[in-house]
Amino acid sequence: MFASKKSRIAAGVLAAGALVALSACSSSGGAFSSDKASSSSDTVTVGSAAFGESEILMQIYGQALAANGVKVAYKPSIGQRDVYLKALQDGSIDLIPEYSGNLLQFYDKSSTATSSEDVFTALGKALPKGYEVLDQSEAQDADSYNVTKDFSEKWGVTSLDDLKKVTDPLTVGANPEFATRPYGIPGLKSAYGVTATLKPISDSGGPLTVAALKNGDVQLADIYTTTPAIKDNGFVTLKDPKNLIAAQNIVPLINSSKASDKVKDVLDKVSKELTTSDLIDLNGENQGSSKTQPDVLAKKWLQDHPIK
Amino acid sequence: MTDILAAFGWIFDPVNWSGPNGIPIRLGEHIVYSLLTLLLAAIIALPIGFAIGHSGRFRGLAVGVSGALRALPTLGLVVYLALITTNLTIVPPLIALTILAIPPILAGAYSGLESVDRAPIDAARAIGMTGWQVFTKVELPLALPLVIGGIRSGALQVIATWTVAAILPVGGLGRFLFDGIAVQNYPEMLGGSIIVVALALVSDGLFAITQRLVVPRGVLAGRVRDTSEGDGRRSGRTAPAESAPTT
Repeated sequence: MFASKKSRIAAGVLAAGALVALSACSSSGGAFSSDKASSSSDTVTVGSAAFGESEILMQIYGQALAANGVKVAYKPSIGQRDVYLKALQDGSIDLIPEYSGNLLQFYDKSSTATSSEDVFTALGKALPKGYEVLDQSEAQDADSYNVTKDFSEKWGVTSLDDLKKVTDPLTVGANPEFATRPYGIPGLKSAYGVTATLKPISDSGGPLTVAALKNGDVQLADIYTTTPAIKDNGFVTLKDPKNLIAAQNIVPLINSSKASDKVKDVLDKVSKELTTSDLIDLNGENQGSSKTQPDVLAKKWLQDHPIK
Repeated sequence: MTDILAAFGWIFDPVNWSGPNGIPIRLGEHIVYSLLTLLLAAIIALPIGFAIGHSGRFRGLAVGVSGALRALPTLGLVVYLALITTNLTIVPPLIALTILAIPPILAGAYSGLESVDRAPIDAARAIGMTGWQVFTKVELPLALPLVIGGIRSGALQVIATWTVAAILPVGGLGRFLFDGIAVQNYPEMLGGSIIVVALALVSDGLFAITQRLVVPRGVLAGRVRDTSEGDGRRSGRTAPAESAPTT
């Protein structure tokens, strides 16, 4: 008993140590430093954050470039934003799919831009020298307020502005930070004059939040716009005419030295073709029962949307 | 060090002592949830544990099953139960934590009965006590310290683990942890943890006292005689002379 307990503790300590070592590597860029040489050649190294949607987008960018004669290398699942942006700056990667609002917040915490256009314009000024974003796609993966179809029909609600018509008390299912964030409960009040209370559900718009909306525990739920559950359950995503929620358009973030006319042309065409609805379908196939791999999904998407 | 100070600053800030998310309300919820869990677990585990300890049967099964129950990750169970029942109230965590509390209470119950010396049981049977009388008048009183010990360790786990229930929109001290980490409010998280620790220590202390109080007088007297022969005053007052062993 004691021996097993001890070995378990030892395993825990080892795991923690490995984690520290890993994070030390990634934050110093050590893990990628061997690839610095390749980034000075004509190869474009595409990276991704450590979640499915980012990997799918990485594959779409990469395969589209490769199909048009650009040499491509991949570095998937690098980690969180602070880690992969460091990888971009030390030359380990040259290109990565990004989300406009969050990227802007990373470089300019004081920015108050929320509409797609404002965010994109502000982003152009906020990025460090030597890096740029190409045309943004209309596809977005942002927070969004969702209601059930029944609720939407009963009260005639399709936009956050319509919530004033609802006379029943409103509760929102969302992460705890929604209580204080400007796009959360305080924003509903200041921008739309709607009073709502929060039911804190800590799964970032995941299955628990979806269940709460489905069974009527909450009337509104904060779910990311590319979550397949929105389509699967027929939820109605409320429009946000006053841009309470910052836009999160998909944009290619690239090292300017690699942004040749050809690369720009290909990626601009990809962004033009890509829609939020596409992302929902791609995520659905990636997370659903088929668990299709990102490279296969990207290949399929490019067959339907040939980039020439 | 400054983190600890900030946490205590958070605890003693009067702002955090009022309103529906104040410390008194959350602490009260946590105590009620925990008591309810222990009550449910005791209702299930004590009769089974007593039956096993009294009869000596199914011990291997009980050890195996309760060991397996211990291995269930409570947070995963909470989320799983909430999803399959689409119920986001305290019911899923109540079930998950009852499952967590059953093994120690069960173990305390059967090992308590098993630890009872055979001699007084045989004596009780010899003077014509029924099985029920042997259980209630001999076995249970002698086993009670260990039985309560089982509930004590269950209480410790329940108090500490109810915090994970706050992944759902329920109250209790876990709110401070989940709400705090969502906005990187570390004083709130640490402050909430300190209150959980304090509650666990108070509960453990109360159970420790109870465990001492329920030791039958005869057993105490025997113990006193065994360890310090000189303390005749106390043993004389608490123990009937005929039950004390002669040396």
